[in-house]
Amino acid sequence: MKKIAIALAAVIGLGVSMANAADKLRIGTEGAYPPFNGIDKEGKAFGFDVDIANALCAEMKAECEIVAPLEWDSIIIGLNKKKYDAIVASMSITEERKKAVAFTDPYYSNNLTMVAKKGANIDPNNLKGKSVGAQRATISANYVTDNMKDVDAKLYDTQENAYLDLASGRVEVLVSDKLPAYDWLRSEQGAGFEFIGDAIDVNDKIGIAVRKKDDDLRMKLNAALKAIVANGTYEKINAKYFPFSIF
Amino acid sequence: MNWEEIFIALPKLWDGALVTMELVLISCLIGFVIAVPVALMRASNNWWVSNVPLIYTFFFRGTPLLVQLFLFYYGAAQFDAVRDSMFWPIFKEAYVCALVVFALNTGAYTAEIFRGAIQTVPHGEIEAGIAIGMTKPTLYRRIVLPRAIRMALPAYGNEIILMLKSSALAYTITLLDLTGVTRTIIARNYLAIEMYFAAGVIYLLLTFVFIQVWMRIEKRLMRFQA
Repeated sequence: MKKIAIALAAVIGLGVSMANAADKLRIGTEGAYPPFNGIDKEGKAFGFDVDIANALCAEMKAECEIVAPLEWDSIIIGLNKKKYDAIVASMSITEERKKAVAFTDPYYSNNLTMVAKKGANIDPNNLKGKSVGAQRATISANYVTDNMKDVDAKLYDTQENAYLDLASGRVEVLVSDKLPAYDWLRSEQGAGFEFIGDAIDVNDKIGIAVRKKDDDLRMKLNAALKAIVANGTYEKINAKYFPFSIF
Repeated sequence: MNWEEIFIALPKLWDGALVTMELVLISCLIGFVIAVPVALMRASNNWWVSNVPLIYTFFFRGTPLLVQLFLFYYGAAQFDAVRDSMFWPIFKEAYVCALVVFALNTGAYTAEIFRGAIQTVPHGEIEAGIAIGMTKPTLYRRIVLPRAIRMALPAYGNEIILMLKSSALAYTITLLDLTGVTRTIIARNYLAIEMYFAAGVIYLLLTFVFIQVWMRIEKRLMRFQA
């Protein structure tokens, strides 16, 4: 009996120490959405999302590990399968996603925009018959399929592939989040392109996704977010990427 | 398992399955047309004739299909020379690009399958043909090719099934084949398991029907053995 009790204690003890090892907060990001998240030449994740994630971890005094790159299409599935504990990947807070995960308070806001070749003379209010691209499983893609019924819609698996086809002329208009598009327009590939039409306000707030049962973690992240906004850390990170506030 | 959502998605999935079938059918037909002459060259005793097409089969069998698709679709489009050429209106289309790459890919595998079969045609039968004075084209048309194709059938059927499954990569260049439609639906309803399950069943169904048809063809062509 005693032996069993000892064995049991050992097993329980092991369980506790394993739980401690797993205390490291694993944060998932896509790594294909610069300047918010990307993978550098050494294979390390970088970008606004990564900086914010690290700032939040520092604020929470937690040990963090960035998990990247991840497939965008299955990024929520991976969270719920506990492959990581939070997604800081410029994810828009939507009702559809709220069915699967819980979100923190927004850490920035985004509008959509249309991008086209300079001088292509495309009327943003009349895109009938034009080929319009967007990244699959994003608000942009939903906007195109819901509001642009008479266009030739093309959906891409990564934003980079969508840019490639915009640059080659396979798609005439790209519907995309404004902030990463702003970054692309300043690149060599995007130099000949411009925003067309007004920014499309889609009430798009970006939050951190956590598992629904992890309310503790969500509260902690919210508190840390408030703190880094208040102490100026957020502003510093913002200024590193954009000349205007995106909060 | 959310059966209702699967039911709602079925018509769209079926549209995707049609695109998949079309892609596989056309690319396998073109692949066959490529494979026969390439196989004949590969089976030649002349070093040059047999090794020049090796460059083609080596490249397409030696690199992943995804890499071939990306090189052809995204890669080639980066060059002004390609975009300004008269072929751009055709190669602009993702569908054409997928067809070309799939056909070249399956053509390479099929050619090697046929080459193997051509080389195992019993020597006695070829000598018999020569003995009764057949010219080389007649010999190939009447003896070598009919024998080789019959021997290649099981392996060739396998290749077509592999192609059916490889065609799932078409979605990476914006095509809405069965996998493309599945992923597009999942992007809206997040029912990954349900939708992949339904897509998997449809793929199985397509394979099942294909195997039935293929077995009949095999039986018919091999009826002399019965």
